[in-house]
Amino acid sequence: MIISAYQTHIFILIFIYIILAVSLNLALGYTGLLNLGHVAFYGIGAYTSALLAIEGMPYLAAMIIAGLFASVFGYLLVTATDRLKGDYLAMATLGFSFVVYSLLLNLREITRGAMGIPGIPKPSILGLTVRTNDQYLIFVLLICAISVFIMYRIVKSPFGKLLEANRDNAVCLRVLGKNTFGLKYKAMMISAFFAGISGSLYAHYITFIDPTSFYISELILILTIVIVGGLASIKGSIVATAVIIYVPEILRTLDLPSSVLGPVRQALYAAILIAILMLRPRGIFGKVDLE
Amino acid sequence: MILSCKDIYKSFGGIKAIDGCSFTVAEKKITGIIGPNGSGKTTMFNVISKLIKPDSGTIEFKGQDVTGLKDYELAKMGVSRTFQDVKLFQNLTIREHLQIAMSDTDEKLLSNIFRGKEGDAQKIKEVMELVGLDKPLDTYGNDLSYGQRKLLDLAIAIAKPHTLLMLDEPVAGVNPRLRDSIKDILRELNSRGESILLIEHDMNFVMDLVDHIFVMDAGKVIAEGAPEEIQNNPCVLEAYLGGSEEGTKCL
Repeated sequence: MIISAYQTHIFILIFIYIILAVSLNLALGYTGLLNLGHVAFYGIGAYTSALLAIEGMPYLAAMIIAGLFASVFGYLLVTATDRLKGDYLAMATLGFSFVVYSLLLNLREITRGAMGIPGIPKPSILGLTVRTNDQYLIFVLLICAISVFIMYRIVKSPFGKLLEANRDNAVCLRVLGKNTFGLKYKAMMISAFFAGISGSLYAHYITFIDPTSFYISELILILTIVIVGGLASIKGSIVATAVIIYVPEILRTLDLPSSVLGPVRQALYAAILIAILMLRPRGIFGKVDLE
Repeated sequence: MILSCKDIYKSFGGIKAIDGCSFTVAEKKITGIIGPNGSGKTTMFNVISKLIKPDSGTIEFKGQDVTGLKDYELAKMGVSRTFQDVKLFQNLTIREHLQIAMSDTDEKLLSNIFRGKEGDAQKIKEVMELVGLDKPLDTYGNDLSYGQRKLLDLAIAIAKPHTLLMLDEPVAGVNPRLRDSIKDILRELNSRGESILLIEHDMNFVMDLVDHIFVMDAGKVIAEGAPEEIQNNPCVLEAYLGGSEEGTKCL
């Protein structure tokens, strides 16, 4: 490969986070669901896929079941929070993230709790095992391209326009004869499905997961990507993922002690977010205002 | 008769917004609801279109009891409405507004993924011409003036498949020229056999346009009749002006 092993690692993470960010944008930016439970779907997908693959299930089946299982939780979350919107929905979905984190930590018989799950197998498809990171990069790029293409088609379709209409004015949409609950649960299930897929890709790449990989700090990172890229912009989420994941890596060239590197990285995220909110309130390519 | 409301009651806390309101709307006619501010007209509209659940009472549409239906289910049956404060999708274009209003298949996810934007260009053109909205179809709802937003709101309600058109103050805040234009549009729709129910404060507009009027005050119908009957009705004068001895018997 023409890129270094380290750059390969960064690109793999970028493609995983692109799926995660675009899927959050589908719910948050396009449909107007202030969903802070996305990191929980990511975790559910990762654990489901890891546990099924360890039990011997073929990778593709484990990945798809992981996505479907996450989308079932998406449906349950929309059903439970149907009457909530805005800040109240945000708080309820954030609570969902905490509950799932707590379950991952405490259901030790299934998840091994804080000890995490080691030895997650690398994907094997039709007898071909994705062994090296270079091969994984090609694999994750392929899954990312398919996922983003499907989500792009959805938001550009007449169904996608209904999602945007729901975000702008749900009452007006209902008096036009559209079932807004049906739209919301479909959008959330699609969003959760792809978050589950990205969780699966992450788990089988790192080969070890524990609950801290799916905690609130991860949610803040994904939200930052979506806000910086702009609501209701797939292009924005892709560009912002590359910027937010790649730019902090430049810090490594500064030869900072590891105890300083972490906080400086967090400060850099904050600085990018504040700069965007002040200079471009709609994000880089955003179509709608943050409310 | 296309719509019938019988003994509708609705309270918000201790305030009776609708207090036993009953009326019927004739098919292929223009029916007006008038009344002073706070008389319950818009609440009644919201009850009919299922945005507010009544405490009691029944609503029939095209002979079917629709009291228990959800708002979008009634809309699918053929009730189309506008709002007093214009409600648009601010980040969608005029074309997208009309496509959403016209489509009855856009809620299906799988069959839509690989389809482009749908919509009958000819029908969109006809509706735009009917309401006289002379703006490019790619203009966003946010970029329209108040009068243009009113016209787009009307265009959406017309474009949506319907058998009853409910308009909440269609000429509120518009200039006299646009008001006359809207009157002509409604006459044209009525001449094509449309049933229209409207709320309006502009008495000249109402008296000149509608076939039948219901007057509401304090959440109930206090008078009804043809425009010329209503203009001299003591109950109506009492509701608007107060002080008439004869009129106080109405409430």
